[in-house]
Amino acid sequence: DIGGIGRKYHLKVVLEDVLDQDSTVNCTAEVLYHLGNKNVAPDVQFTLEGELKNTDEADNIFYSRIKSLEEELVAENIPDSHGNMPPEMKPIHLLAWVASGYVIWQNSTENTMFQLAQIKHVKQVKRSDEYLEFDYTILLHEMVTQEIIPWQMTVLWHPQHGVQVTQ
Amino acid sequence: DQVLHIVPETFQQVQHLQHLCSTLLLDLWKPLLPEDIGAGEEVHIRVPAPLVQEVKDSLDQHLISYKILIPDVQKLVDESMPRERSTQRQEQGGYIYTKYHPMEEIDQWMTQIQKNNSELVTQHYLGKTFENRAMYYLQISQPSNKAKKIIWMDCGIHAREWISPAFCQWFVKEILQNYKSDPKISRFLQNLDLYVLPVLNIDGYIYSWEKERLWRKNRSPYMNGTCYGTDLNRNFNSSWGSIGVSYNCSSEIFCGSAPESEPETRAVAHFIEQKKSDILCYLTIHSYGQYILTPYGSTTKPPSNSEELMNVAEKAAAALMGKYGTSYKVGPTSLILYNNSGSSRDWAHMIGIPFSYTFELRDKGTHGFVLPVDQIEPTCEETM
Repeated sequence: DIGGIGRKYHLKVVLEDVLDQDSTVNCTAEVLYHLGNKNVAPDVQFTLEGELKNTDEADNIFYSRIKSLEEELVAENIPDSHGNMPPEMKPIHLLAWVASGYVIWQNSTENTMFQLAQIKHVKQVKRSDEYLEFDYTILLHEMVTQEIIPWQMTVLWHPQHGVQVTQ
Repeated sequence: DQVLHIVPETFQQVQHLQHLCSTLLLDLWKPLLPEDIGAGEEVHIRVPAPLVQEVKDSLDQHLISYKILIPDVQKLVDESMPRERSTQRQEQGGYIYTKYHPMEEIDQWMTQIQKNNSELVTQHYLGKTFENRAMYYLQISQPSNKAKKIIWMDCGIHAREWISPAFCQWFVKEILQNYKSDPKISRFLQNLDLYVLPVLNIDGYIYSWEKERLWRKNRSPYMNGTCYGTDLNRNFNSSWGSIGVSYNCSSEIFCGSAPESEPETRAVAHFIEQKKSDILCYLTIHSYGQYILTPYGSTTKPPSNSEELMNVAEKAAAALMGKYGTSYKVGPTSLILYNNSGSSRDWAHMIGIPFSYTFELRDKGTHGFVLPVDQIEPTCEETM
């Protein structure tokens, strides 16, 4: 507890690559939840002990594939009710997951625990520059209240420039 | 099988391609018919594996250049098929335990199971849901002159947790398939009776299939029909309405208008109350999170037999992990998850059932409630 400011947590966590469970990286982090104004995201500082895997090849394959589509990508219910997801939708899902991580961070308090439950709808938005843009409607599941919260987010991505989220 | 991409340049090449297609009966993907093949136009031909070399040699001979569009057609086909096709197992008269089933199929399954195993299994009526559907449980009981203690397990109290009813069905199948050959199971049944309720919240489960996949509660109306559903796992008479609930129907953790206000809760509670002196263990199966939860959710004060409860739960978690390495956290809900009141597990313990556990099955949030069908088998096997 930090008087007058908030509550700080010191964490030691192990990051696991979703696509390769044997690939892990240790991480130490400090999370400060602010007292008072609950509309401010918690402060996060972290240090990775090691390097994250290089994903250039997969990134570029995905980038080229989307760039070469004749029509803008549109999809619904990823995964579907039975948990199925066509393999070509996997990167779209991963992108949503990363972006939802940002949304979750911005909206977390000491009393929430969010997970991405499903992508309800995703639509690619045409851009004149080199970025890819997707409009997502996602469903977030909050563990304590058990609520399912729909959320609209616009996600920009580029293989070299990373992810940007505008809510 | 391979798909070749060819652009014939001369009329002779066109003729040769047409000749190949008709004599070898090749599968022309583009254009539609051999007569539509034209000079300077793209041709796609699927060549069966045994003919690939011959066709390529023939093209080389005629100086026709080609590209391999698809090097392995079967691989592409396999990748595009949902995985359940290749893990289908025909068991128990053809019922597929590795996929999710709608309620009518589960009802039919129960009837079949009793029919096929009538020396061991009886189906019993428990009560009615709000929408007037009959709730049935299966009793697995080896005839004996010994009075036996009971283990009760219910699944599907929360509609969207589809892996839970899938597990109950799997569990029944495993017991019935192996009780003669597996000494552990056979000893089990010599001393205990199993009561399994595959879907507690039938109305909610059907609603999650037909209308809203992520529905949780039952379907009883409130506020003049403007709001639906009580969280059945907040509706039991265990510190009802005290903590971790909402009094507002629009919430997912709405505890109902009173303890046991819901017909589904009443049906289960009345039965268990009646049999409580014979019930050794109460299990309720949920998802997700990978937890084995012990009482209580409403207070951090430990239950009277907390050491024993934890001991058994820890052994269970260790056995589970031994199968596929899946890790489960063990402990009282109020300490390791969140506070809640009115849960069935707390209630069972409060009325005297010594071993009362909530299992939260796979996963930890990656798929959450929408667990893919290819995880049904490993989840069920490790939980078993």
